[in-house]
Amino acid sequence: MSATIEAPRTIPPAAPDEPDVPRRLGTRRSASDKAFRAVLLTSGAAVLAIMGFVGAFLLLRAWDALSQAGWSFLTTQAWEPDSGNFGIAAILVGTILIATVAVVVAVPLALGVALYISEYAPTRIKQSLVSIVDLMAAIPSVVFGLWGFFFLQGRITDLARWLSTTFGWFPPFQVPGSDPSDPLATATVYTSSTFIAGLVVAMMIAPVVASIMREVFTQAPVGEREGALALGSTRWGMIRRVVLPYGKGGIIGGTMLGLGRALGETIAVYMIISPVFAIQWHVLANGGSSVSSLIALRYGESTPFGMSALMAAGLALFLMTLVINFAASSVVARSRSGASS
Amino acid sequence: MTTMAPARTEVRRQLTGVRVSDLLNLCGAGAAAIALTALLSSQLAPITSPLGFVAVATAVFLALYALLVSLTERGVAVRDRLVTVVVHGLAFTLLAVLVFIVVFTFARGASALPHLNFFTDDMAMAGPLDPLDVGGIAHAIVGTLIQISIALAITIPLGLLTAVFLSEMPGRFARLVRTVVEAMTALPSIVAGLFVYATLILALGVPKSGLAAATAISIMMLPIMVRSSDVVLRLVPGTLKEASYALGAGQLRTVWQVVLPTTRSGLTTAVILATARGIGETSPVLLTSGFTAAMNTNPTQGPMVSLPLAIFQFVKSPEPTMVARGFGTAAVLMLLVLTLFVVARVVGGSNPLKKDARRRAREQQRRARADHRARRAKRTSRPARTDQPVPQEQS
Repeated sequence: MSATIEAPRTIPPAAPDEPDVPRRLGTRRSASDKAFRAVLLTSGAAVLAIMGFVGAFLLLRAWDALSQAGWSFLTTQAWEPDSGNFGIAAILVGTILIATVAVVVAVPLALGVALYISEYAPTRIKQSLVSIVDLMAAIPSVVFGLWGFFFLQGRITDLARWLSTTFGWFPPFQVPGSDPSDPLATATVYTSSTFIAGLVVAMMIAPVVASIMREVFTQAPVGEREGALALGSTRWGMIRRVVLPYGKGGIIGGTMLGLGRALGETIAVYMIISPVFAIQWHVLANGGSSVSSLIALRYGESTPFGMSALMAAGLALFLMTLVINFAASSVVARSRSGASS
Repeated sequence: MTTMAPARTEVRRQLTGVRVSDLLNLCGAGAAAIALTALLSSQLAPITSPLGFVAVATAVFLALYALLVSLTERGVAVRDRLVTVVVHGLAFTLLAVLVFIVVFTFARGASALPHLNFFTDDMAMAGPLDPLDVGGIAHAIVGTLIQISIALAITIPLGLLTAVFLSEMPGRFARLVRTVVEAMTALPSIVAGLFVYATLILALGVPKSGLAAATAISIMMLPIMVRSSDVVLRLVPGTLKEASYALGAGQLRTVWQVVLPTTRSGLTTAVILATARGIGETSPVLLTSGFTAAMNTNPTQGPMVSLPLAIFQFVKSPEPTMVARGFGTAAVLMLLVLTLFVVARVVGGSNPLKKDARRRAREQQRRARADHRARRAKRTSRPARTDQPVPQEQS
């Protein structure tokens, strides 16, 4: 800055008996500004009211069912609200299992894509890859459901059979009722499983997760990257010491956001899974459940009390995604790269 | 935004270089892995699944590749090569699967798409056994457009005003609104649908209709839109706003003539991406709109079907023509999302702040390249001349 503002040469003489006090600074808003602020405040309040009403209504309607079921709501594995025997133990476990499979499959793939785009891809195709991944994140979930139902379901049973026979010693991979020594055994014990639903959801969330991770990786400071390279590190050394520590917040945040999406996914899961209301630990075996597909399945035939029970299940799901989302945003905000989001 | 944009944008250097031996290592390890896995599966333990074969072959390939590289390189370099291969493999797997999902949808829907009646007719006169040249999805296209228009009419004014509220009137109340909105982005869409089903349809007696579906979509879209617009609005440089205030403009004038024009492209992108999300949602519509095979242009009365719901209903049928219709509808829906996305890219690409940074980076790269060329030309023609200022390397 070369130009300086010169102080006025002549200072009006202050009245000697008045002490020098700082002037009161205030804003007098014009009428249009006042109206504008009122409109803004109203819309903010309206959004708060709508959102608060949704939450409060869910809680209120769920209360009937929750107060009747008590703690058994969390431990019962059946869903017969009208006879009072209902709980979310099975469907909550099912939801979490599907989301776990999805995250376990999606995160390495997403990490690979994010690293490839930010570190390895030639500059020429980088921008188009970014666009492709972002576009894939916007594809409606019903399309993934179609793919899962008409393509994956039939092809993946081979892999499920192989996994269960080879890694059957690992309890979740066991498939009760299957007979590996029988070559003519039907494949239906492997269809409509948590595993397949998880794979479809994984493909759905992977672009979202990859997009977030890529965003953070590309922001890693160039100076530190080149410093690492100048000190003789390989490209992987640079990634491990500079890019990954810098992008840790993005990796965790992106994963949790993907987990939140996976927990709430309805249609893709609903199209694939055949619902059971018992805890199904065997992810490769037929049958599973999730809160959202339960709602999609049962909303139409529900009595008012059944509706209340569904609300309670929806509330439980909402609380779960809520906790995960807040954890994700606090992790991202506290990380070094989080200032931008 | 705490610091000013640096005058010189940092440009990352391109690290490339492929040697013949790298390629040979890759090919050799690949061939050996396939051969070894084939041997394993034919002699030792049969691998019944093709995907299982690929999995085993991949593991063998990585081991062999590490072995090959370690013949000539040190441990650090071996790890580097291994990671390079793994990252490329993961990236190409995911991208290939995603592209395949899109191609698969178009391929299965290809038999339905060429028929013009697919876009101009509804399904009222077409039964499940009718061929593809009868009936179409005009009712679903119209339904989607009506529902998303109603949802946008609710969410754009409310969402943008709230985002402006959050950035212009910070304070305890704004913080509360922001927290609640952020919490609501976690609301699963099926729960939004269930809420509308329980309030509008069961409690208030509104019939299952396009209006109810639009309400459910709005409840789902509103927090997304507020949140992404809020992020965009926060990027407006404080200096711009202060300059406006210093010139004597009021708050309304500043927002109208400084904040909104600066963020116009970002806000448009936020709106379009939220629209893409809203269009593709199936579950809230499934609970609230009802299903019909006939055209219905009245959102307040009678069921109104939308594209995702039509897909869902079509593929429930065992008839191949209905499934083909379902895939054709999915292709149309994807094209719609793609169009929105391209529009968002075109609009978002003209962000003045971003564009300026990109242009500077390009300019700098071009200058560096020109300098390099000039230097080389000079060196070859007149090697004696060395007093030319050497261009500074960027750090």
